Amino acid sequence: MKEPVKIKERPSSERGSNFDEVVLGYSEAEALEEAKRCLQCKNPLCSQGCPVGIDIKKFIKEITEKDYKSAYLTIKETNNFPSICGRVCPAEYQCRKACVLTKKGSVFASDNAINIHFLERFAGDFGKDEQVVNPSKPRAALSGKRVAVVGSGPASLCCAGELARNGVEVTIFEGLHKTGGVLRYGIPPFRLPRNMLDFEIDHLKKIGVKIVTSFIIGKAKTLDEIFAEGYSAIFLGLGAGIPSFLGVEGENLCNIYSANEFLTRVNLMEAYKYPQFHTPVNIGKSMVVIGGGNTAMDAARVALRLQKMAGLEPDTTVIYRRTEVEMPARRLEIHHAKEEGVKFEFLVQPVSFGGDKDGCVSALKVLKCELGEPDPSGRRRPVPVKGSETDIECDGVVIALGLQANTLLTNVVPGLKVDKYKDIVVDPETMATSLEGVYAGGDIVGGEGTVIEAMGMGKKAARAIIDHIA
Amino acid sequence: MKILYKENLVDIPGTKVTKIDIEAPHIAAKAKPGEFVVLMVSENGERLPLTVVNADVKKGAITLIFQEAGYSTALLGKMSVGDSLYSLVGPLGHATEIKNYGKVILVGGGVGIAEIYPVAAAFKKAGNLVTTILGARTKDILILEKELREASTELLVATDDGSYGRKGFTTDILNDLLSANKDYSLVYAVGPIPMMKKVAEATLPFKVKTVASLNALMVDGTGMCGCCRVTVGGHVKFSCVDGPEFDAHQVDWEELGKRNRVYIQKEKHICKLSLGGSSK
Repeated sequence: MKEPVKIKERPSSERGSNFDEVVLGYSEAEALEEAKRCLQCKNPLCSQGCPVGIDIKKFIKEITEKDYKSAYLTIKETNNFPSICGRVCPAEYQCRKACVLTKKGSVFASDNAINIHFLERFAGDFGKDEQVVNPSKPRAALSGKRVAVVGSGPASLCCAGELARNGVEVTIFEGLHKTGGVLRYGIPPFRLPRNMLDFEIDHLKKIGVKIVTSFIIGKAKTLDEIFAEGYSAIFLGLGAGIPSFLGVEGENLCNIYSANEFLTRVNLMEAYKYPQFHTPVNIGKSMVVIGGGNTAMDAARVALRLQKMAGLEPDTTVIYRRTEVEMPARRLEIHHAKEEGVKFEFLVQPVSFGGDKDGCVSALKVLKCELGEPDPSGRRRPVPVKGSETDIECDGVVIALGLQANTLLTNVVPGLKVDKYKDIVVDPETMATSLEGVYAGGDIVGGEGTVIEAMGMGKKAARAIIDHIA
Repeated sequence: MKILYKENLVDIPGTKVTKIDIEAPHIAAKAKPGEFVVLMVSENGERLPLTVVNADVKKGAITLIFQEAGYSTALLGKMSVGDSLYSLVGPLGHATEIKNYGKVILVGGGVGIAEIYPVAAAFKKAGNLVTTILGARTKDILILEKELREASTELLVATDDGSYGRKGFTTDILNDLLSANKDYSLVYAVGPIPMMKKVAEATLPFKVKTVASLNALMVDGTGMCGCCRVTVGGHVKFSCVDGPEFDAHQVDWEELGKRNRVYIQKEKHICKLSLGGSSK
C-alpha cells in the first residue's frame, strides 16, 4: 500500500514572527493521490467515528473522480463548515481512529490511516474558492417564521445556517463585538485563518441571517421578551464560559492568565499587533502553560510567537500532570508545538505560585508525579510524589485547565433546567430544553466538546426547531 | 452608539473628566444603578468598562463620565458629538441592591463620584436618609456637586488641599459621622483603590456594612476571561459577573491595586507613541 501523502506545512523557521497559517493543505494532485489510498470499504467505519456522520467514503470517491463539487456538497449534507472542520477537527480521535487502516486498540489514529481531515479541507476550500452554492430549500410552512439564536460559535452558526436554508428568518445575538465565538477568540489564526471564518459568516448573511453583536440575552433582553417580539423558537449556543483555575496559593499574581484571557487578548483583540491594536498582553522571558489540551497547545504556540516577536529568546514550557500519550490535545498540535520550540515537562503538578514585590509571578512550585491506576476517564491517574517539590522560574503563566458553564443567562431564567455543572439539560434527540420552544447545543450542553460536536448539536436542534414551528 | 452630548466637567492640566450621553435605547431601557457597560472606541480599541451614570429611557440614551487615565480614555475624550463608538454592550454586572436601609453614607472620590450619583438618587427615592461625602484633590476637580446635593439628604466635601470643604480626606468626615452617630446601616464607596481601602478600614471598628464598587481591569466583562478576578473573603471572584460590588471589608485591596497596575509600562508606551506626550 502507498504511503500517506504528507501535508505541506510552513517551515518552523518561518513561523516565529507571524500568525500565518501553518498547515498549507493539499494540492489537487496530492489530494487525488491521498484519496486513491482509500479502500472504499464495504462497511465504512470512518463515518461512525464522525460526530455528525459525514459520508466519508462517498466524498473521497468523488475526489478520486475529480468531482470536487460533489465532494463538497456531500460533506455539506451533514457538515456546514468543511473548511473549518478540516482544519480544527481532532480527526485522529474520530474518523481517522475509526479508519480500518488504524491499528486495532490504539489510542489514536495510526499514521497510515487515510488523512480524511486534509481531504475534507481540500474539498471545503474548493467549494469556498469556486463559490459552490449549497442550494437553499425554503419550505412554505416556514415562511415568515422567526428564530433567535443566542451566541455565534460553531453550534449557533450551524443551527442558524440550517434554519436559514429552510427559509426561517434567523437573528443571531452575539455578546462580543465580533462573531464566531471560540473560533474567533479561542483558536489562533495560524490554525484557522480569519478569512475562513469571515467567509462562512458572510455566507450566512447572504442567505438572510441577521446578526446583532454586542447584545447579551439575559441582560439587554429576556427570553420572554424575545418570544413576545414574535420569535417562534430560541436556540441557546452560549458556550462554556468561566475559566477554571487551580485554586492554589498565588494564583492571582500579575501575569498569570487564564487561557481564555490570554487567547482573547491575542486572537480577538489582536494584542499581537500592539500598539496598532490597543489591547496589551504581557509576555514573559519564561512562559509556563499549564494543561494538556488543544487550548494549552494554542496558548503555548501563541506565547512562543509573542516571545519571538518581542525579540526574546523563545522559552515556553508546557506543564502537564500525565505523560504525552494521555494529553487530550490533537497530535498535530503537539507535533507543531514541539517543532516550533515549545518545551514539555510531563508528570508535574502545580502546587503554588511565588511572586515578586510588585505582585508579579516569579516562580511556579511543582510536585513530581507518577502514573497510578486508571481514573474514570480511563487514563492513568497522576499521583504526586511526596517531598518532590521543585521551583520553576517563570514570569508569565497561562492556565489552560478548561472551562465551566457561564451562568449569565441560565441564572436569570428560573424555569430552565440545568445540571450540577450548570450545563443546560436537553433531550439528546431534539436538543430541546425544559422550556417550550427553547433549544440548546454546544459546550453549554454537556461541557467542553469539539467544534464538530457543537456543530452536530446545532444541526440536530435546527431540525427539531423546524419540526416544532412548521 | 452615537454620542449625543458631550461636556467637559474638568479640564485643567493633568486632569480631564468628561461626560457623554450615548444613544443606546436597549441599554437605557434596562440599566439599573450599579451596572456598567463595555465600550470600544474603534475596531482597534480596547474593551473599556464604564459605570452607567444615568439611563434616560425616553431619550434612549445613557450617560457615562470618565477621567482620561490612559490611551483608550484619551481616545474616547477626543470623540465629538455625532461620532459613533465602535461597540457598546450592556448593561453588565449586578445592580446595586436598592431598598430602605434607613441611614446610609455614600463616599465618592475623584471620578468615582460619578458612579455614586445614580446610587444616591435611587437610595433617596427608596426612602433612605442619604449622607454623601465627596472627596477631591482640589476644588477645581470636584464633579457633580450640584447634582449630588439634590440626590442626597446631606452633602459634605473634603479636599486634600483644603481649597473647598474640609481639608483632609473623605475618611476623616466618615470617621466623625460614625463616631457621632451609631445608626448608619450602610456605607457605599466608589473611588480610587486607596480611598476605598481606607473607607473599609474606617468603618470596620463600627461594624457598619460597607460596600465598594470595584474598578478592576476587564476584557470581555461577561465572565469569560478572569482578568478582573479579585480575592474577596479568601475566595476568587470575578468583578464583572460576581460584582462589581463587594463587601469592602473582605476585599484584598493590595492585590487589586497591584493587578490594576499590570499594564502601566505598556500604557505609558502607547500614550507616548500615539499621543505625543504622557497622558495621565
